[in-house]
Amino acid sequence: MNLRRRLLVVIGGFSAMALAVVLWAPTVGSTSIDLTRVFDTGIPWADNVDAQIFFVARLPRVLAGALIGATLAAAGVVLQALMRNPLATPFTLGVSAGAALGAMLAIAFHLDVGTLGVSSVPIASFLGSLAAIAIVYALASSQRRGLSTNILLLAGVTLNSFFSALILFVQYMSDFAESFRTVRWLMGDLDVGSYGPILAATPFIVAAFAVFAVLPRALNLLTMGEDVAAGRGVEVARAQRWAFFSASLATGAAVSLGGPVGFVGIVVPHLVRLMVGSDHRVVLPAATLFGAAFLVLCDLVARTIMAPLELPVGIVTALIGGPFFLWLLVRQS
Amino acid sequence: MLQADNVTFRYHAGTPLVVDGVSLEIRRGDLVGILGPNGSGKTTLLRLLSGTRVPSSGRVLLDGQVMSRLGRRDIARRMAIVPQETELAFEYTAIEIVLMGRHSHLGVFEVEGPDDYRIAREALAATGTAHLEGRPFHTLSGGEKQRVVIAAALAQASDMLLLDEPTASLDLGYQLDVAALLSALNGDRGVTMAISTHDLNLAATICRTLVLIRNGRVLANGPTDEVLTPDHVRALYDVDADVHVHAASGHMTVVPVRRLRP
Repeated sequence: MNLRRRLLVVIGGFSAMALAVVLWAPTVGSTSIDLTRVFDTGIPWADNVDAQIFFVARLPRVLAGALIGATLAAAGVVLQALMRNPLATPFTLGVSAGAALGAMLAIAFHLDVGTLGVSSVPIASFLGSLAAIAIVYALASSQRRGLSTNILLLAGVTLNSFFSALILFVQYMSDFAESFRTVRWLMGDLDVGSYGPILAATPFIVAAFAVFAVLPRALNLLTMGEDVAAGRGVEVARAQRWAFFSASLATGAAVSLGGPVGFVGIVVPHLVRLMVGSDHRVVLPAATLFGAAFLVLCDLVARTIMAPLELPVGIVTALIGGPFFLWLLVRQS
Repeated sequence: MLQADNVTFRYHAGTPLVVDGVSLEIRRGDLVGILGPNGSGKTTLLRLLSGTRVPSSGRVLLDGQVMSRLGRRDIARRMAIVPQETELAFEYTAIEIVLMGRHSHLGVFEVEGPDDYRIAREALAATGTAHLEGRPFHTLSGGEKQRVVIAAALAQASDMLLLDEPTASLDLGYQLDVAALLSALNGDRGVTMAISTHDLNLAATICRTLVLIRNGRVLANGPTDEVLTPDHVRALYDVDADVHVHAASGHMTVVPVRRLRP
């Protein structure tokens, strides 16, 4: 089957799945609601309880899940190709640790710099992720031409543990209420409350996806090594830079919106590759759509399995992702 | 035509020159072997010739144009490289690998059309790997992999290939397969090739001219039967060797006799 037809089938199928999940998920919850009533324009808004629950109480959380899932899955695909390492995740390069440190500081010091309907925690965490991106890039690009993937990896791992130490320090110095908030944040939580934070994160994510759109063929070739990629006609240094910045920026925006939701960025790319092969022109859109559906479903489990208690979604993704990650490791060796 | 004009190269400032004043010329239809001991700079020379490294001084010219001023796409359409070994981070089929060779011929959002598939399949056929089209690359043998990678290079630029020790990781049977393939591609299709290799007998079998490199300098450069002499082998490798025409195969063979301690 040629690529055009494969793309059509894969994107068609995965879009339908993602859309179905996003429409269905908000109907599930403590009060069950009816989709036909939700979209019945004959009922005035003030009387339409189903529509209010759907659009006000539940849809923001579902949309946040879809956006974050799609972003982390796509960023995972891009970073795995950039690092030539199928075990890389969007968090490997320290972006999430930077974001977490930013969030911790905002919570611990009660920073109050919210604007445009976005509170201070996501803003601080986004700034933290930008700082991490800048540090890693400065370290990895000071060597020779292009980005050294080895140094990227080392810098990321080092930054992760350094920031983790700082996070622990901030937590240790915090009082009980603050500690609880920071732990909740670190678990990943999609309860964004309104559309504001989603709208704030969207422009960065859209910009990153615009870059993703031109990368796939270069990513295919980068997996064969830098010299071969250059020999096949890829401007390697430029492609690496674009891949690094777009994937990191998208990760930073997603993490500042929902916290560091683990394992989505590695489980989804691998599941998708098992289904559609490794051509990034197919993998990238498929992982994006599958990631959206995957995280929304995980969140559905998180908020219903122990109802009325709502678990942070990060616990569910880790419970699924941890064993999957180990299986991957075993399968690889 | 590919020319190196008094090219020098060092990897980092302050380190010794790896390539030290090399001038050479590879003309259309040539089959050139680049020989030299480990660390002589032949792989680096190949990188300079392919434009993946830029000379510290001197120039590399592709069809008369300075390589470092050409874009990668432009270079890729005229010249393809074949690495010693290809390790993939992800799983691709043989045809996908060969189609990747078409990258420089496609626009940013363009996908491979019928022409690209035809060219890719022809390249697979030319390397005797048409039957492997749908096979996952990582399930192929070393020799099959190398032939598929050569097919990808042909699909990219059927005029000129630069090969870096293309047989180094292959067993004897596959070495002969790949050698026969390279010889046929040059003889039947006029593909210009520069091959860096440690294998003196491979070079003697298929290369029409040789460039000998020692300590980053050209030691000798000329037709194989003139350049491949016991004196040169001794100067390159500190090895006493017997060089003669092998009656059964009809080409020169090199039999190492004794290692000389410098």
